[in-house]
Amino acid sequence: MKLRMRQAIARAIADEMRSDPTVIVMGEDIAAAEGPFKTSEGLLDEFGPLRVRDTPISEMGFCGAAVGAAATGLKPVVEIMFVEFLGVALDMVVTEAAKLRYLSGGSYTAPMVVRASVGAGLGFGSQHSQTLETWMYACPGLKLVVPSGAGSAYGLVRSAIRDPDPVIVLEPRVLYGEREETIVGDEGIIPLGVANLVQSGSDVTIVALGQTVGTAVAAAKGAGWTADVIDLRTLVPWDRERVCESVERTGRLVLVEESPYSGGWGTEIAAHIAGDCFHALRSPVVRFTCPDIPVPYPAHLEQRYLPSADDIRAGIDELIASGRRPRPWWEKEGYAS
Amino acid sequence: MTTALDHTPLQRRAALADPVQQLDRMLEIRHFEDRIKELFGQGLIHGTTHTCQGQEAVSIGLALAARTTDHVCCTYRGHGHALALGMTPHSVLGEITGRVTGTIGGVGGSMHLSDRSVGLMPTSAIVGAGIPIAAGAALTAQVLGQDHCAVALFGDGATNIGAFHEGLNLAAIWRLPVVFVCENNVYGEYSRFDTTTPVEDLAVRATSYGMPSEVVDGQVIGDVSAAIERALARARGGDGPTLIECKTYRYSGHSRADAATYRPAGELDTWLARDPIVLHRRSLIERGLLDDEAADRLAADVQARIESCIEETMASEPATVASMFRHVYATTTTTTTGS
Repeated sequence: MKLRMRQAIARAIADEMRSDPTVIVMGEDIAAAEGPFKTSEGLLDEFGPLRVRDTPISEMGFCGAAVGAAATGLKPVVEIMFVEFLGVALDMVVTEAAKLRYLSGGSYTAPMVVRASVGAGLGFGSQHSQTLETWMYACPGLKLVVPSGAGSAYGLVRSAIRDPDPVIVLEPRVLYGEREETIVGDEGIIPLGVANLVQSGSDVTIVALGQTVGTAVAAAKGAGWTADVIDLRTLVPWDRERVCESVERTGRLVLVEESPYSGGWGTEIAAHIAGDCFHALRSPVVRFTCPDIPVPYPAHLEQRYLPSADDIRAGIDELIASGRRPRPWWEKEGYAS
Repeated sequence: MTTALDHTPLQRRAALADPVQQLDRMLEIRHFEDRIKELFGQGLIHGTTHTCQGQEAVSIGLALAARTTDHVCCTYRGHGHALALGMTPHSVLGEITGRVTGTIGGVGGSMHLSDRSVGLMPTSAIVGAGIPIAAGAALTAQVLGQDHCAVALFGDGATNIGAFHEGLNLAAIWRLPVVFVCENNVYGEYSRFDTTTPVEDLAVRATSYGMPSEVVDGQVIGDVSAAIERALARARGGDGPTLIECKTYRYSGHSRADAATYRPAGELDTWLARDPIVLHRRSLIERGLLDDEAADRLAADVQARIESCIEETMASEPATVASMFRHVYATTTTTTTGS
């Protein structure tokens, strides 16, 4: 069925709540108001206030409560309205939830989900538009997924709730209202750690995540080359087999990241592929990212900030023609080196 | 023949019903902590540790009041609570010394003790972290209709961190079955609490959350246990959380690196005059449960027990390499680093 991403998320949570009475949801304005982005529509009506809870503006408090609840028998799903708000609760996720299994020899675990909206494109400014996946990326004990539309949101949220470990779900805010054909029910569940080959080609492998999947598909449309476009879907643990297999065939790797250039998630993938698939590469690995600046507010600059389909298409043209890495646009235009 | 060393954590917990065993356990904690300090001082143990000499009555009072099905969140100053709640000296010392005999095989160390069989959740090395976590454990009981409660123990320093205020607020608005026990041992790390905190009784902070509170003498087991029992009864009855402040004192510095030279002259002596072990021993003798000779014999037995525990632990195998790869995820094969 065709669903908006926000509806697919609410549906996924409801489906898990129906089959598992230990699943609860907590967050700011998620019960009576059904969520600032309407991702918990209908949950309070169906499941009642014991399991669907509005919290105070108190992320450290309710993320901590989620850890304690998860350790003792519940499966909490908490919503962080904007991922930046996780900054005041990071201890509970990175230092408590992620270490609970390790520090108890497996006798206490934290089967909880932290959902947060992320990303640029809606004019929320520098403090409400980051993706920040790197905050959670290098933290053994956590898993991390990023949907790219309604279908993957439904399938990943269901898997995240079922997972026995803490899972972070970063939801590109700009996609909440987008409609997509979505498989619901158990057939729609997407296992964690499995990437999706969105389309096949032979000249280049483009790996994307979240809202950059659409950008990558748009870049490949009408190009003079054909690409494997891989929607990574799970960032921790990422699907090495799928990416390696593709690069072995195409001989080129391009990463499209919605985050600053330095330290972005693509560096990990680039390093791994350069190490393990070096023999198959016929040109340098290229990363299309955002520049190393905060997210600007005005719509035209926000769009310039994000990797664009035109830049990616032209960059891959250049890569294939010259065999050299195209410089990022901000370098070519003299804004930064 | 079984000895005290063979007792399970649950047996050790149950044994505390006997007031003489309470003295035994306090002596065990005291001697254990004194020896830990020495072993660190001699460089025989790696890393850091935070000992609790002087605060034993709070540990025993907690262990008497809480059920083993209640969930207890403690701090990195946790050896005393762990021993009182039932963990064996072998599993605690094994963990502190990084041995396979430790409660989680030695990969956690001094600050990370736990035993689900007696309700001890992993102690946290982050000041205040256990407070909202305890609220969450209480939430489980509320949502699933269980009779369990949660108890959070934390120091005076934790009442200045956001987690304290957010945790108490959440527990109060949701009327969660949780008891917050503050061990006011006068110092938050290296700083006297009156230089960091504008109120004398930390219990007054409960007022902001519409929560009842109590100040108790943390040197007297019965006072501590009675206050926690009252609070647990309220919590189990659906009347929500309570904040209890136990006035106590930390004889040692913050951690092994701290000689506590900042203390005003005479302060330690004033508190030593109300040492919880001396007070309890005197009370047992006054009640005719023990005489001086038996009390001395008990102390000697405890010392011998701890010495043999140290000897056995130091001779046991160091933590294995395999153990540091376990329990990162549910299935250890699914890691981010893979092959």
